[in-house]
Amino acid sequence: MKNKRSLFAVPYVGWMALFVVAPIVMVVIYAFTAAGGGLTLENFSRMGSYAVVFTRSFHLALIATAICLLIGYPVAYMISREGPGLQRVAMMLIMLPMWMNFLLRTYSWMSILENTGLLNRFFSAIGLFKLLNTVFGTDLEYFAMINTKGAVVLGMVYNYLPFMILPIYSVIAKMDGSLLEAARDLGANSFGVFRKVILPLSLPGVLSGVTMVFVPSVSTFAISKLLGGSNELLLGDLIEQQFLGTAYNPYLGSAIALVMMVIVVVCMALMNRFGEGEEQAVML
Amino acid sequence: MSKELIRLVDCSMAFDGELVLDHINLYFNDSEFLTLLGPSGCGKTTTLRIIGGFLTPTSGEVLFDGVRMNDIPPHLRQVNTVFQRYALFPHLNVFDNVAFGLRIPKTVEENGRKRKAKVPEAEIKERVLEMLEVVSLKGFENRRITELSGGQQQRVAIARALVNRPKVLLLDEPLGALDLRLRKDMQNELKRIQQQLEITFIYVTHDQEEALAMSDTIVVMDQGKIQQIGTPEDIYNEPKNAFVADFIGESNILDGIMHEDYVVEFFNRKFKCLDKGFAPMEPVDVVIRPEDIDIVPVEKGQLRGTVTSVTFKGVHYDTIVDFKGFKWLIQTTDYHPEGETIGIVLNPDDIHIMRKSQYSDMFGDYSSYSEEYEELEDATLGVEEEPQEGGDEK
Repeated sequence: MKNKRSLFAVPYVGWMALFVVAPIVMVVIYAFTAAGGGLTLENFSRMGSYAVVFTRSFHLALIATAICLLIGYPVAYMISREGPGLQRVAMMLIMLPMWMNFLLRTYSWMSILENTGLLNRFFSAIGLFKLLNTVFGTDLEYFAMINTKGAVVLGMVYNYLPFMILPIYSVIAKMDGSLLEAARDLGANSFGVFRKVILPLSLPGVLSGVTMVFVPSVSTFAISKLLGGSNELLLGDLIEQQFLGTAYNPYLGSAIALVMMVIVVVCMALMNRFGEGEEQAVML
Repeated sequence: MSKELIRLVDCSMAFDGELVLDHINLYFNDSEFLTLLGPSGCGKTTTLRIIGGFLTPTSGEVLFDGVRMNDIPPHLRQVNTVFQRYALFPHLNVFDNVAFGLRIPKTVEENGRKRKAKVPEAEIKERVLEMLEVVSLKGFENRRITELSGGQQQRVAIARALVNRPKVLLLDEPLGALDLRLRKDMQNELKRIQQQLEITFIYVTHDQEEALAMSDTIVVMDQGKIQQIGTPEDIYNEPKNAFVADFIGESNILDGIMHEDYVVEFFNRKFKCLDKGFAPMEPVDVVIRPEDIDIVPVEKGQLRGTVTSVTFKGVHYDTIVDFKGFKWLIQTTDYHPEGETIGIVLNPDDIHIMRKSQYSDMFGDYSSYSEEYEELEDATLGVEEEPQEGGDEK
């Protein structure tokens, strides 16, 4: 009986072995291989020169995750308070942009943020620059929004916000209503109910939301490429260059990817520890 | 015992235009164990939620000590609730669950000025441990909620509510999820706690045995209306209508005619009874409890019937007896096999008379009790020749 049932797991295990375990093993092997072949640690010794990129990547991803949390939690909370009809519509609207291609969405932000883009043209049309120039004596023709850290963070927040809202929303929406009634019954006002019951019980959702936003943010390359220009090189771009770009060096690329992976795993492990005692976080 | 704490005045509640509570008038006394009893959908939980502050009645008034409380939210009421599924906080251990209410600063009025007062942590500890002892959970302070059995969780829920020293404890079917054995133990436990702390318990259940065993007062509800209020003995012995008679225990209910005080006719026979105050020849419902019926040899019986089925129930046999096509349930410790013709004797205090109500003819017929119903329908044609002998019982 048991053996028969475990047969159903074979395709999944095979799939995982082929497309998850094997690539990781290959990355590890590549990372320790010299360009000409043979075992080496040289790839890692060059990592120091990319410290700036590492810091920038984690820094921006952290900011994006924090902003997503600040926006996502209240949104998720408010949606979960609404009636079932409105909840469905709201979730639909949040998911809707994800039906569009990721690159297209990011491209469209380019045309909004460009120096001659929609926003700047709009500001100029309403005479904002003229006003500012007369008031402050400046010589503004546009706001430099594209190719800045801000634009990259904006791109990350815009693309990954649904991944923050969804898990938090589903945890809060599933929360047993009688727990909230019990808290009120025991004397807690609305704020008390939130702080003492809803917030601690929604932490698993927050943890998985943070994971789901932080991990893709730290490894993104398209967003930084399109919205950050050449100024804001991120880890993803760096790795991409090693595999597809002019700096072709898959061994170095693997090493960078490996280091990044280790840091991310350590971060997640630390975070889950912090959230220990709560229900198991849904890791993705 | 007599001081009135809560009063519902003409309370109605409608959800989406559907009337769930229909002009309820009810009061609750100090230190009383009162049970709201009824089938699901009768409005008992709605009544409880109105008292708890989770619902505001569509019309009518909720008075605590004579003060209108309709719009006061739950956290400002001096009542606490034990919820149906306990609703313990899974992220807190036993101690923190019980301490939850005490750790919330309360607004107190001192010399006309309002300020937030906190219970000192030392006092919290003392009160929580004391309350855990009351519910027999000493030593469980640091356990996680998930490590507790259903009965233990139930005790935590009770301690968590009682530690706040409410004037009234509301219990919403608190024993529904427990198995039979545990339920009996907890019934005794609850009654003991209630008597020890001298707090008013308002208890909601659909289990009539539970209600009879624990309550000082039972309020029987159906279709959003109060059907009867009384002590367990009153409710059982003197049910007001067919619904109450049927809901509280087993009953044979049949049509009768009240000839005069203390004389009722059914099955074309007159019987002595203890009821009076009906109009002459008023049609009534007659209740006869299955355990009150005495089976006697045929020739000595006032009525004669045929046993159509026998079920062994441990203490007694559930015997279904066919009287002129109307099937009665008789509970007896003597075994009478299927097909046997028996006689029965009804003493005046076995017979209880009720006024006709909307529930007449809905309950008290045990025809469906027997699976061979149709078979027996045919059989009755031959057998039934009701002996008219015996005459008046006067």
